[in-house]
Amino acid sequence: MTTSTTRIRSTRAKASSPRPGGAAARRDGFWPWLFVLPLLGGISLFFLWPIVQTFYYSFTEWGVFGGSTFTGVANYVRLFADPQLYSALGNTLLYTGIVLLGIPIAVYIASLLNTPGLRFASFYRVLFFLPYVAMPTAVAMVWRIIFNGDFGILNYVLSLVGIDGPYWTSTPGFAMLAVAIVGLWSSLGFSMIILAAGLKNIPPELYEAAELDGATPWRRFTSVTVPLLTPSIFFVLIITIISSFQLFDLLYALLGSANPVLPKSMSLVYFFYSQGFVSNDKGYAAAIAMVIFVIIGIVTVLQFRLQKRWVNND
Amino acid sequence: MKNTFPRTSIVRRTALGLASAVGIVALVAGCSSSTGSAPSGDYSAADKDLTAEITYGLWDQTQVDAVNANIEEFNKEYPNIDVNVNVTPWDSYWPKLQTQATSNTLPDLFWMNGPNFQTYGGAGKIEPITGEVEADAIDPANYPEALNDLYTIDGVQYGVPKDYDTIGLWYNSEIFERAGVAVPTDDWTWEDFDAAASAISDSLSSEGIYGAAGGMDGQTSYYNTIFQAGGEVISDDGTESGYDSAETEAGLQFWTDLIEGGGSPSIQQLSDTPAIQWFTSGKLGMLWSGSWSRTAVAESEFADVINVAALPHGEEQATVIHGVSNVVAASSKNKQAAQALQVFLASKAAQQQQGDLGAIIPAYTGTQQAFVDSAPNVNLQVFVDATEYAKPYPVSGNTAEWNAFETELLPDAFSGSVPVDEAATSLAEKMNGVLAKK
Repeated sequence: MTTSTTRIRSTRAKASSPRPGGAAARRDGFWPWLFVLPLLGGISLFFLWPIVQTFYYSFTEWGVFGGSTFTGVANYVRLFADPQLYSALGNTLLYTGIVLLGIPIAVYIASLLNTPGLRFASFYRVLFFLPYVAMPTAVAMVWRIIFNGDFGILNYVLSLVGIDGPYWTSTPGFAMLAVAIVGLWSSLGFSMIILAAGLKNIPPELYEAAELDGATPWRRFTSVTVPLLTPSIFFVLIITIISSFQLFDLLYALLGSANPVLPKSMSLVYFFYSQGFVSNDKGYAAAIAMVIFVIIGIVTVLQFRLQKRWVNND
Repeated sequence: MKNTFPRTSIVRRTALGLASAVGIVALVAGCSSSTGSAPSGDYSAADKDLTAEITYGLWDQTQVDAVNANIEEFNKEYPNIDVNVNVTPWDSYWPKLQTQATSNTLPDLFWMNGPNFQTYGGAGKIEPITGEVEADAIDPANYPEALNDLYTIDGVQYGVPKDYDTIGLWYNSEIFERAGVAVPTDDWTWEDFDAAASAISDSLSSEGIYGAAGGMDGQTSYYNTIFQAGGEVISDDGTESGYDSAETEAGLQFWTDLIEGGGSPSIQQLSDTPAIQWFTSGKLGMLWSGSWSRTAVAESEFADVINVAALPHGEEQATVIHGVSNVVAASSKNKQAAQALQVFLASKAAQQQQGDLGAIIPAYTGTQQAFVDSAPNVNLQVFVDATEYAKPYPVSGNTAEWNAFETELLPDAFSGSVPVDEAATSLAEKMNGVLAKK
């Protein structure tokens, strides 16, 4: 124990010296590894090793009770010829697209809430954040009642203005739209909190200067707020896209497993679930999981590449 | 208790980014492989002083009191066998059982249902009851034949029926009275049913009341009409789909016609609001549903005017029967004790006790009176009489896989957007693809 504390002290001393930190870290030997071991062990055992296994299983066929046979790329050949993959991908992209519309809305609401001297600001913040904290299943149950075609409040309100509302959750097309509306609504709070934190970091002097220069509130929003908020927007964008690609629980709970529309409104993860856990075709499901993994990876790498063009990191 | 349908299971909101993308990948690898031990089917009666600790796995919390009463009686006979009742909610019962079966750690005795049975029986995960039958400890003749068939593969029976449910025609007599239509009788034909459904819809549509509802799931609707039309869902040996036969198509057409004629809400209306809710809210004249609906009906504000009749006849009289059975795990370390409990639970006394305390219809012939008497104003006897003409719930080795195709393809046939014969043919094709895989 004494050794380790002295080590730490000496590391600190070295870090403050002009020597490069890398050399110091190298000299520390196995000590840093010892401290990250609990986390590293857990991650390796429960995340990294299963990925390797899943990658292997995606080349096999599974019996219901285990026992796999190696089938080469057969799962992938079948998967890329499966029209359900493309329909699931299309549905997921549609959902992601609609949910992303929430980001501009969140930017706007966050900046409204950031107005100096706004009364009840914390109350509004809680109000917008609540949907994010609620269990998706509970959220889905409430929205299911709202969306009900015959007795739902949404169609009742629409009927007051003379619109004959559709059967939201049981018409192909509308069902995905309904899920996306709820997805947007419940992700708004999270995006908003991140963006509000970003707004706090914008120096008030910039607004004062802009105001002295005669900038209108809208001009201040587009020329000061938005550019300085881009790092937060970028973070929210990545998180939203990744979580949209993982759409499952909301879809499952909002539409219900017996809904005839479900096979036509499948998301990628639902497709994975139905193959792996309903049809017990786990080798095939592993292949689907690998495809989802790769897609999310590519999209994320792409975003990091493109961020240099528009994210202001100064 | 409706025991054959997948209930909603919930996967909680994933926390952050890539970590959970990784999690999805990790999910598949969660179960790993191992080989099972072969079941023998041997049985020898346990000594009364046999000492053992066994687990009894089940999914319905509401039946635990009755099960505990059973076990108390069992312990009078075998005082040294300690039984742990292990309740797993329906949502996680099957995934958990699958994992347990994979690692050969199944409960010694557990509940089995029709759609899942062949998966376990076929893989040698459960013990046949051959030895118990040969030793006269269990006599299958005491249970409805269709239920014995449900738990039999290649002439070998694996499960002892515990309870059952059949389907009847529930109706709201107040709605019939207001529409001026005579209430259903046990000799109704399809034509009588159709005429009554349309008449009710016609005269009460201004109040949003429909005559009947149908076509959403197999067990309560189209399986029954398929059997009534003389068709089959799956061939007796479970190797071929029955959906491409003319009789089966007639059974499907029944529901398409009902919806088209206005006798039922549309498929969309029924997916937004399930038929049972239409019925218990007084918006539906008739409902095809199981004996398990007794509870929902009793809680409805229309309970006083609701009664039940036998399903209408098509070419023949038929209903689907399904029931839970008790099975012994092939991997059990205390097989003798588990079999002793299985034999005890199969007895008339144990099942009578289940019927008196539980919410179910016990399977042992002659123990059903308590169920029939539970609602004196409702003719619950029809559910018991139905065992005489009931057909087993259609299953095969991978039932869930072709069930998914039924849910995918049939609603379009019922709503009229795809011709029935076209939907039935493509369903048969896909289902045969699944059945051929075995």
